[in-house]
Amino acid sequence: MENTKYMNPYLAGFFLGLLLLATIYMTGRGLGASGAIKSFTVSAVEIVAPDHAESQKFYSEYNTEHAGNPLKTWLVFEVIGVVIGAFISGLIYNRLGFKVEGGPKVKTKTRLVAAFFGGALFSFGAQLGRGCTSGAALSGMAVLSTGGIITMMAIFGGAYAFAYFFRKLWI
Amino acid sequence: MGPLVPGLIGNELNLIVALFIGILFGFILEQAGFSTTKKLVGLFYGYDFTVLRVFFTAGVVAMTGVIIFDHLGILDLSLIYINPTFLYSAIVGGLIMGLGFVIGGFCPGTSVCAAAIGKIDAIVFVAGSFLGVFIFAEGYPLWENLYKAENWGGVRVFETMGISQSLFALMLAGVALFAFWMVSIVENKVNGIQKPHFRITPYYIALASIGGFIMITAFVLNPNKTEILNEIENESGTQNFKFNYIDSDEFAYRILQKDKTMQIVDFRKSSEFLKGSFPKSVSLTIHNLFERDIEKVLAVNNKEYIFIAEDEETEKKSVLIANKLGYENIRILKGGLNLFNQEILNIKQNDFQNMKINETTYNFRVRASEEIPVLIQQNKNVKPVKKTTARAIGGC
Repeated sequence: MENTKYMNPYLAGFFLGLLLLATIYMTGRGLGASGAIKSFTVSAVEIVAPDHAESQKFYSEYNTEHAGNPLKTWLVFEVIGVVIGAFISGLIYNRLGFKVEGGPKVKTKTRLVAAFFGGALFSFGAQLGRGCTSGAALSGMAVLSTGGIITMMAIFGGAYAFAYFFRKLWI
Repeated sequence: MGPLVPGLIGNELNLIVALFIGILFGFILEQAGFSTTKKLVGLFYGYDFTVLRVFFTAGVVAMTGVIIFDHLGILDLSLIYINPTFLYSAIVGGLIMGLGFVIGGFCPGTSVCAAAIGKIDAIVFVAGSFLGVFIFAEGYPLWENLYKAENWGGVRVFETMGISQSLFALMLAGVALFAFWMVSIVENKVNGIQKPHFRITPYYIALASIGGFIMITAFVLNPNKTEILNEIENESGTQNFKFNYIDSDEFAYRILQKDKTMQIVDFRKSSEFLKGSFPKSVSLTIHNLFERDIEKVLAVNNKEYIFIAEDEETEKKSVLIANKLGYENIRILKGGLNLFNQEILNIKQNDFQNMKINETTYNFRVRASEEIPVLIQQNKNVKPVKKTTARAIGGC
């Protein structure tokens, strides 16, 4: 039987805050996620089509900002850790298993198509906004960055503004 | 003093640290229930506000911690990554992310977390994420202008708003508490249940009082730096301080002797420093004194530091700050460089008869006035000491 008992949200938030603080103290930077997706994508394009990658401005700008192998970056290692950590937690609390979740009235196929396009939109937005909910919004709030807080308000404001139109997916 | 990278933690070790931080990050996210899309999206339809509670609590805890660490002087804020502000891309990017959130049901971090425990919708979301980056990369010239427009740099939100850090932090904490209360009301309404908005159990009381105590400590604290600067500015700290002086003659003599036990620290504007400076001197501003790496310059054994500036007042200020930060063995040039120039470098323009010095001193000063400018000239091609550590690179 799947265990759906989750940690008290305030306690989880407290631990997450301490982890973020420790991360900033040790490494001088915050947590992140979308940057790893970017590293994987850049790496894939450079392997599949090196000539193309060389001619495009985005990849050359990426390489000037990040020296060395795009897979040997901080966020890639951190995200590998996220996979391991989440897996351990799921294992302990008996939550492992392949399944699709979504609103009660939505077909599996619709849910998966929506997840795919949602993922594409989110990571496109995260490139434009220089970070996602973790890298820009949460870490930005911790260091009181103006940009991070604006991005946070735009993400949640946007989600509320669009929520009505996609309610059939969820309720 | 933090951050520990790149000093204590090398770049290779940093990747291992990243892995462990990631494991904890993933574990906490999964524990909080972020591995299920139903909990995440509940935020936007009012039936489950877990995300808001976790997110806001984490943000306030980390922010408060950063403020306290800064105050205690164990974290150098000039070295940590402050997400830069590009106004338009932050807003447009954020709105697109919001759209992706309600359509896809995840954000990047939570999708990875959910994919790890086998949620197929999350795995598909991650696959879509690669496409999103790919589209951004391929069409980059189309949105490059938007991406780079309105660059404000690494500004901090209380500076943008023109209020103090403490006030902003207090406001944010207040907003968080208010939000926690409001969402409990909404949640009950949407789910048609009657849970108390606040439960007074020993558990909550303990958590709240720890939180409250830490918050109060943080908000009564000004940044240490501001405090010291204010104190020096008000001259309340200058009353009982005994300055160690070095006079022009001794200073000139030790320069000519190329005395290695003497380290000259130059507090003039860097433009002045570049025009001409004493051999082996380093150029600093009073703000540099607060930085972590300055220990390498100011805390070397068996060195005597001579703080110089155009006027004695500036020298005194710098010494007081350095003293408060725990640096010792500092002397200041009596009368500042103004007096030094008058007594030594421009000696010939002065009238010997009125100077009330003996001939030996006069001869020494004449010799110094000829030789020191040569040393300054030779030193001209030497670049000022650069800061050794750059700000951490971060962001996504």
